[in-house]
Amino acid sequence: MRALDAKQFFLESPMVSPVLSVRALRKRFGDKLAVDGVSFEVCPNEIVGLLGPNGAGKTTIINMILGVLEPTAGAIRIEGRDVATQRAQALACTNFAAVYASLPGNLTVYQNLRFFALIYDVRDGAARIEALLDQFDLRAFRDVKCGLLSSGEQTRAALAKAMLNRPHLLLLDEPTASLDPSKAREIRALLRELARRHRVGVLWTSHNMIEVQEVCDRVLFLSRGAILLEGDPRTLPREHGKSSLEDLFVSVAREPLRIEAG
Amino acid sequence: MRWHPILAIVLRQFYLMRGSPARLFPLVMWVAVDILLWGFITKFLATVAEPGFNFVSTLLGAVLLWDFFGRVMLGVTTAFFEDVWSRNFLNVFATPLRISEYVAGLVLTSILSSSLALAVMIALASAVFGLSIFAYGALLAPFLLVLFLSGIALGIFGAAVVLRLGPAAEWLIWPVPALLSPFVGVFYPLATLPAWMQIIAHALAPSYVFEGMRAIIAGEAFPATHLLWSTGLAAIYILLAAFFFARVYRHAVRTGLLARYSAETVS
Repeated sequence: MRALDAKQFFLESPMVSPVLSVRALRKRFGDKLAVDGVSFEVCPNEIVGLLGPNGAGKTTIINMILGVLEPTAGAIRIEGRDVATQRAQALACTNFAAVYASLPGNLTVYQNLRFFALIYDVRDGAARIEALLDQFDLRAFRDVKCGLLSSGEQTRAALAKAMLNRPHLLLLDEPTASLDPSKAREIRALLRELARRHRVGVLWTSHNMIEVQEVCDRVLFLSRGAILLEGDPRTLPREHGKSSLEDLFVSVAREPLRIEAG
Repeated sequence: MRWHPILAIVLRQFYLMRGSPARLFPLVMWVAVDILLWGFITKFLATVAEPGFNFVSTLLGAVLLWDFFGRVMLGVTTAFFEDVWSRNFLNVFATPLRISEYVAGLVLTSILSSSLALAVMIALASAVFGLSIFAYGALLAPFLLVLFLSGIALGIFGAAVVLRLGPAAEWLIWPVPALLSPFVGVFYPLATLPAWMQIIAHALAPSYVFEGMRAIIAGEAFPATHLLWSTGLAAIYILLAAFFFARVYRHAVRTGLLARYSAETVS
C-alpha cells in the first residue's frame, strides 16, 4: 500500500463516510514502537475485530482513538472530526467499554449512568437510563453499588454506559471476557442488533475467536504494532491454509513473519 | 464550557457523600473539633492574659479563616482523588469532557463543600464562644475571597502533582496547609518571623489576610494596597495552577500516563 500522510489521506478519502478513519498511526514509547503505521477504517453498521496477541498494540490503538493517548504520528478521525484538534466533538459520538475500565464501585449503577449521561450531555438522560437498565438486564441492580456487582454484572453496567450517548462509534475491548457463555451470547446478539439498527460502527477486540467469527464482519490481525492480515473472519483462515481462526491467531502470534511472507 | 459535564462532577460528589456519610466528617466534624479546641484555648488564654486583648477574634477568627482555606483546597483535591481512588481516569477522560470543565467541576464542588464547612464553623464559634465575624467589618468578604482563590489554586496544583507523580503522591498533598501555616502567620504577626521566612510570607496571599485581620482587631488601618496585592497574588496563583494542571494533563496524554493511571507511582 502506498504510504500517505494523514492530510493526503483525508483529502483523498473515497465517497463512503467511515465512522472511524485511522491513518498512518504510530506510537513510540521510548525505544519501543508500540504501533507502527496502522491504517484502517470502520464504516457504519460494521463490526471490525481488532485481533492480536498480548502486547500487539490493540489497547494502545483504542486509547489513541479515545484521545487519552497522543499518537507519535498519524491521524484519527471520527465522523470526519480530527481527534487531535476536535476531541470533544469527536468523542461526543463515541463510547467504549473495556474489561479494565469498570465503573466506580462506590456509586450505584443508576448514579454511574446519571453521571456519565451528564458528562455526555445526553438530552433525555433519565428515560435513556431507564431503557438501558432494561436492555442490559440491570433493573434489579439499579440501586446497587457497582463494587458489589459480580464481574458479569459490572460488564453489563459498563456496556449500558457505553450505549448512553447513542454512539456512532463503539470501542469494545474484550466486552464479554467476564460473562458466562449464556450471557455472553445474549450480549453479543444485543450489541450486533444495536449496531445494525442504529448504524453503529464497532471496533471489537477479543481473544475468543469463536466470538469474533460470530460477531465481526471484518478482522484486522495485529502483530508487533502493525496490521499483518485483514479480511473476513470466516474465509481468512482458509486463505492462509489454516483450519480455524484460532489456528490463524496462534500462527500470527508465534510466526508473524511466515504469515506475512505466505 | 458546558454546564452539564460540570454539574456531573458536583453530582458525583453529592452521591458519594449521600452514600457514605463518613465523607461528611472532614467537612463538619473535624472543623467543629478544631473550633472547639481553639475556642477553649482562647477562653483559657483570656483568663491568664492582660485584659484588653481580644483572643476570640484574633485566635479563633484566625483558626476559622485558616480552616476555611484548608477546606477549599481539600475540596478540590478530594473531588479529584475520587477519580484516583476509583481508578476512573479512563472512563472520565475518554469522554467529550474538556479539561477546563473537569477543573471547573472540582472548583464548584469545593465552593459548595467549603461553604458548608464555613457555615458550621461560624455557627459553632458564634454560639459557643461568642465570635462575631462582623468584627472584621466589610473586609471579611475580600479576606474570604483571597483565601478562597488561594485554596483553589493550591488544590488545583495538588491535583496536578498527584496526576504527575501517581496516587501515592496524595500523601504529599494532605499536609500542605500545615506546611504553609508557619509562613502565613496565622497566629502571629509576620514581624515575628526571621527575615528569610518573611520573604516567603510576603509571596503568599493568605499572609496579608491574617495581617489585615489582626490590624482590624487592633483598631489599626489596613492598607488597601495590601488587599489589592494579595488578591492579585491569589489570581496569579490560579492562573499558574491552571497552566500547570493543563501541562501535566498534556504530558499524561502524550506519555500514556493517563491511560495506565492505576499504579502506586508512575513515571
